[in-house]
Amino acid sequence: MRRIVLAATSTVSGLIMLFSYHTSTMGAGGVIASGGTAGGGSTGTTGSTGTTGSTGTTGTTAAPTPSTSGSGSSSASTAKKTYTGQSVDTRWGPVQVQITVVAGKVTDATAVVYPSGNGRDAEINSYALPILHDEAVKAQSAKIDLVSGATVTSDGYVQSLQSALDAAHI
Amino acid sequence: MSLSSVSAVPHQSWVRQIMGLPISVHVRGPDARSDLVARRVERMYDELRAVDALFSTYSPTSAVSRINRGELALEDAGIVVDEVVRLCRIARERTDGCFDAWLPDGKGGTWFDPSGLVKGWAVERAARRLNLIDGHDFAVNAGGDILLRRQVPGTQPWRVGIEDPDSPDRVLLVVPLESGAVATSGSAHRGSHIVDPRTGKAAGDARAVTVVGPSLLWADVFATAAVVQGAGALAWLEALSGYEGLVVRDGTVATTSGFPAHS
Repeated sequence: MRRIVLAATSTVSGLIMLFSYHTSTMGAGGVIASGGTAGGGSTGTTGSTGTTGSTGTTGTTAAPTPSTSGSGSSSASTAKKTYTGQSVDTRWGPVQVQITVVAGKVTDATAVVYPSGNGRDAEINSYALPILHDEAVKAQSAKIDLVSGATVTSDGYVQSLQSALDAAHI
Repeated sequence: MSLSSVSAVPHQSWVRQIMGLPISVHVRGPDARSDLVARRVERMYDELRAVDALFSTYSPTSAVSRINRGELALEDAGIVVDEVVRLCRIARERTDGCFDAWLPDGKGGTWFDPSGLVKGWAVERAARRLNLIDGHDFAVNAGGDILLRRQVPGTQPWRVGIEDPDSPDRVLLVVPLESGAVATSGSAHRGSHIVDPRTGKAAGDARAVTVVGPSLLWADVFATAAVVQGAGALAWLEALSGYEGLVVRDGTVATTSGFPAHS
């Protein structure tokens, strides 16, 4: 349990850093890089993301203490747990991240609170999450009804996730 | 696979191959398995087949093929083609030319290919038949472009998984939606199939763009236009009113500020 919480802590703080990183370079082709594996302590790589934020970080990204929002026993390391980080004030407003951890790996990351006060300003308000393929939510375990994507084609239908979702109700 | 719908509510699905795409329909509600609902769904499919017969670029006898061979003048093609032509012109304006049904033919002229707009337009139009079924939820998935409505008390919002373009058995995130549209365009898996109408060459470098909003026609057009925008896709989507977007590019996924929270 302790190990998981530590991993979650580093992930949440890493994500917070991403959120507070000024995204003005994105429109100009900048990349918010993060090659870290979220479940394994990604502070190293996300830290480098922070340093590329030459447009300024807030200094308010105190690492939040995750709180377990579900019950969950300490022995069940494979159980799905949701952690919600503390709300952190950034220069654009409060940011709060919730992550889902299964067997010590982050399976989902959600900004439950993020700045929206400035409406349409992409430079300020857009947020970016890294694609971490190991941690991307496995569709087979996600509760979904439909799939939006480029592979829902006639050629690929039989193998597609959508066909499985359809078959459940045909 | 776990399903989000309430098990007590009947849920029926259908799938037909039309317009070169698998088109799935899901209906939830007390009469989802009734003959009446089945008939409405089949009428919807019939309408889509009729639209395909008019607009298919693969069928030599379609109106679009005859227009492109010079056998049929645009102004003589009838009111349905007129409506699509009008919408294609509006789409070109709204996307600063990043969506254009008149593509360079490489010989100094243009050819007319409204496919990128017709799918969303046709599904939205045909789904009016499902809208007439009171007290039921429905979802239509036409090749990854989705139109939804929820109105049954107690059912969960439809949960739409946004496919990871690099790993189609995974979803990047899940968007819960009551009603509206989700469209994804991109170069995943079939090679780059979006042409930048401004250059006639393969479009930008956005791997995939998903747009969520009230209209499937416009979500689809905006997603296609954003792929063409490449590096500028996110800022362009952010400026759109009523629509939100997710851009997969250079190994990152970024969304506009109001993109629906996932869970």
